Amino acid sequence: MAKVTLWSGLSAAAGGNTTLEVTAKDIRELFRVLAEQYPGLAPFIAQGIAVSIDGVIYRDTWSKELPDNAEIFLLPRIAGG
Amino acid sequence: MGFDPSYANRAFKSVGTRPVRPDGVDKVTGRARYGADFNLAGQLVGRILRSPHAHARIVRIDTSKAAALPGVKAVITAADLPDYTHGDSDLFDILDNCMARTKVFYDGHAVAAVAAIDARTAAEALDLIVVEYEVLPHVTDVDAAMKPSAPLLHDTVFTGGVDPKPTTPSNVANRSQYGHGDVEAGFGAADIIIERSFKTEQTHQGYIEPHACVANINADGSGELWVCTQGHFVFRQQCATLLGMEVSKLRVTSSEIGGGFGGKTHIWAEPVALALSRKAGRPVKLVMSREEVFRASGPTSATSIDVKIGARKDGTITAASATLRYSCGPYNGPWAMLGAMTAFACYDLANVKSVGYEVLVNRPKTAAYRAPSAPMAAFAVESVIDELAHRIGMDPVAFRIRNAAREGTQSSYGPVYGPIGIGPTLEAARNHPHMKAPLGPNQGRGMACGFWFNFGGQTCTDLNIGVDGTVTLAVGTVDVGGSRASLSLVAAEELGIPYAQVNAVVADTATLGYNDMTDGSRGTFSSSMATISAARNAITIMRGRAAVMWSIPLEDVAWENGQAVAKGDKHGNLAPLTMKDIAGAAAKTGGPIAGHSELVADGAGVSFATHICDVEVDPETGATKVVRYTVVQDAGKAVHPTYVEGQYQGGAAQGIGWALNEEYVYGGDGRLQNAGFLDYRVPVCSDLPMIDTQILEIPNPNHPYGVRGVGETSIVPPLGAIANAVSNAVGVRMTHIPMSPPRILAALEATQPG
Repeated sequence: MAKVTLWSGLSAAAGGNTTLEVTAKDIRELFRVLAEQYPGLAPFIAQGIAVSIDGVIYRDTWSKELPDNAEIFLLPRIAGG
Repeated sequence: MGFDPSYANRAFKSVGTRPVRPDGVDKVTGRARYGADFNLAGQLVGRILRSPHAHARIVRIDTSKAAALPGVKAVITAADLPDYTHGDSDLFDILDNCMARTKVFYDGHAVAAVAAIDARTAAEALDLIVVEYEVLPHVTDVDAAMKPSAPLLHDTVFTGGVDPKPTTPSNVANRSQYGHGDVEAGFGAADIIIERSFKTEQTHQGYIEPHACVANINADGSGELWVCTQGHFVFRQQCATLLGMEVSKLRVTSSEIGGGFGGKTHIWAEPVALALSRKAGRPVKLVMSREEVFRASGPTSATSIDVKIGARKDGTITAASATLRYSCGPYNGPWAMLGAMTAFACYDLANVKSVGYEVLVNRPKTAAYRAPSAPMAAFAVESVIDELAHRIGMDPVAFRIRNAAREGTQSSYGPVYGPIGIGPTLEAARNHPHMKAPLGPNQGRGMACGFWFNFGGQTCTDLNIGVDGTVTLAVGTVDVGGSRASLSLVAAEELGIPYAQVNAVVADTATLGYNDMTDGSRGTFSSSMATISAARNAITIMRGRAAVMWSIPLEDVAWENGQAVAKGDKHGNLAPLTMKDIAGAAAKTGGPIAGHSELVADGAGVSFATHICDVEVDPETGATKVVRYTVVQDAGKAVHPTYVEGQYQGGAAQGIGWALNEEYVYGGDGRLQNAGFLDYRVPVCSDLPMIDTQILEIPNPNHPYGVRGVGETSIVPPLGAIANAVSNAVGVRMTHIPMSPPRILAALEATQPG
């Protein structure tokens, strides 16, 4: 079970929830579960979301495993210069 | 087995040295080929007709006279760029920005283009194009654009990020919010609260080389594009989509780049050049003039920011909040969001909240500029932090150290930090001789901190071993700051060979797998990770070849100091095999030797910097001279220290220009008044002191050598550091960037009685 925190723009698409409890073994499963529970999240997931796992930011690399009790933040993909 | 990017402490032989860059001689002798230096037989000259209005509806475009002019081979409008974006609103905005479809949204917005046999004919043809406009009211100021009475750019934009969705359209495209804790309770616990409002004006990246490309679409629909860009693979993808082409049919080659700083992560004229070539059936070269670069490409946001920070008398910050309004040009962007995410990232805050508003205005489409959006937010926050320290009676550095984020801190944008460098940069600044140097009359000292995320991304690298044992390293990240030298050092380090034995090139899109842009300070971070992986793969192959040559098991072959060695003494006294030995026998041992790597470079370590600045302000004229400047920044591991220092100095130099002089000036008619380097003043050598640098190395745990990106963070602190220095010199808090002489004189005069 992982505690997933959403950024504010995303929480509006998840029924106003800012944190969710999700059981998932990797990023792919995390996205699948989130999209099933909150279809409004699907377009954001399709567009690309960054995932912070215990402080390390990953792009949407599906195979990245989620450790038990990991602290997970979903963040917008960031532009750089 | 997958590649393990974990950091391992080691002694380096090549990494950390300072060899001359391989592209240096060509650049100083004028042989290097930039975007405008490519030419093809039969090539035409492309030119773009641009709107003179800030906001207008396009009623009619008549291109018949231009098309009939002898020497004109193609004339295009938006009708020649049909919409292939399939509902992708971001891509549609790019298409609309490249060529206006129904309305023009800013002075300089493209409305038509021609390809002709020479520049004179092309210019004549532009004059023959008739565009009938219905001029509309415009708005260029970020605060004015938010008012309900402001002219509306789009009647289809309803503020996103708010619940419930608004029922009326507005120029506020999106709202975003970050933070944690209870800021109201935090302010209630504060002994002192400072609240101020700030403005920053729009600036341009100021790259010396204008946008330039040569496009060629063949009769079979395939095409080539030679272009000055920070990311030729992304350009290929976007241009192919907008032209309705298959991606593999378009081959894009990146030129040398005369500066990009984020401005060359966006396509502007390239789809237009490709469409002209497709219509004319001939190659088309399109080079923007400097005026076009200013009017129609690149600027960063103008901003309006409110900051409120409260602290106890012991120097502990109890709460911080900010509202950030960033101009986006006519299209939605992530700019205020990035400001909101980065504003308080340097500090360990129990209660923090930042809200960003993306504001649409009649200015060019906002583009990324080196740590996009962070410098303006840092200016506002670092100004209030400094003022708060003074009010409490604490040294500004000590105040920041007391509140600095550290490993385990929950960042203001969400995640918990791993090992980070803000504390060490502040300690280094406190102990730097600069902080103790005496100041002269009319001089002031300021300092400020800055943060940038850094990121990695998709990266592909090939490492080919030549028959003589030399190495060609093919990378797909454009070299914007010496990365060919840095990546050659990494390949040499991993293989155990001299730097001179490696030659790095930037491959085109047809010869290497996809690579993301060189942005987000990712070039050296990502491509060095892929280079290490490719080199390790090549070593595995070379060990295998040595095993064949010796007829011994693979596991008995080790790789040491650039050579294969037989382990132990059971194989007799075999002499080591060099790469030249192994490559020379390759035809008989299995064929060509190469190491490949395709990966997503994740785990880019966040980056922090602290800058110290001394200025002298002339009270008669308001002119400011920067007399001393010091940059302290964490690099994780400096692969090529000279180019790391160059990034630090370059960011500081651009920040100095931004802080003191650079500014888009619009007239009441919504037209840009200063579209040239005479009236838009970037700093030149005589404006700048020697910028001193101090590299800290706090290893990134997610890179084999500990590397962090270094390209962007150095532009984040200068606005705040210089504002604090000027404010200390003149005794008035400066809240409007740039602090040009008229603004400083106005601030001084406002303090005079009567």
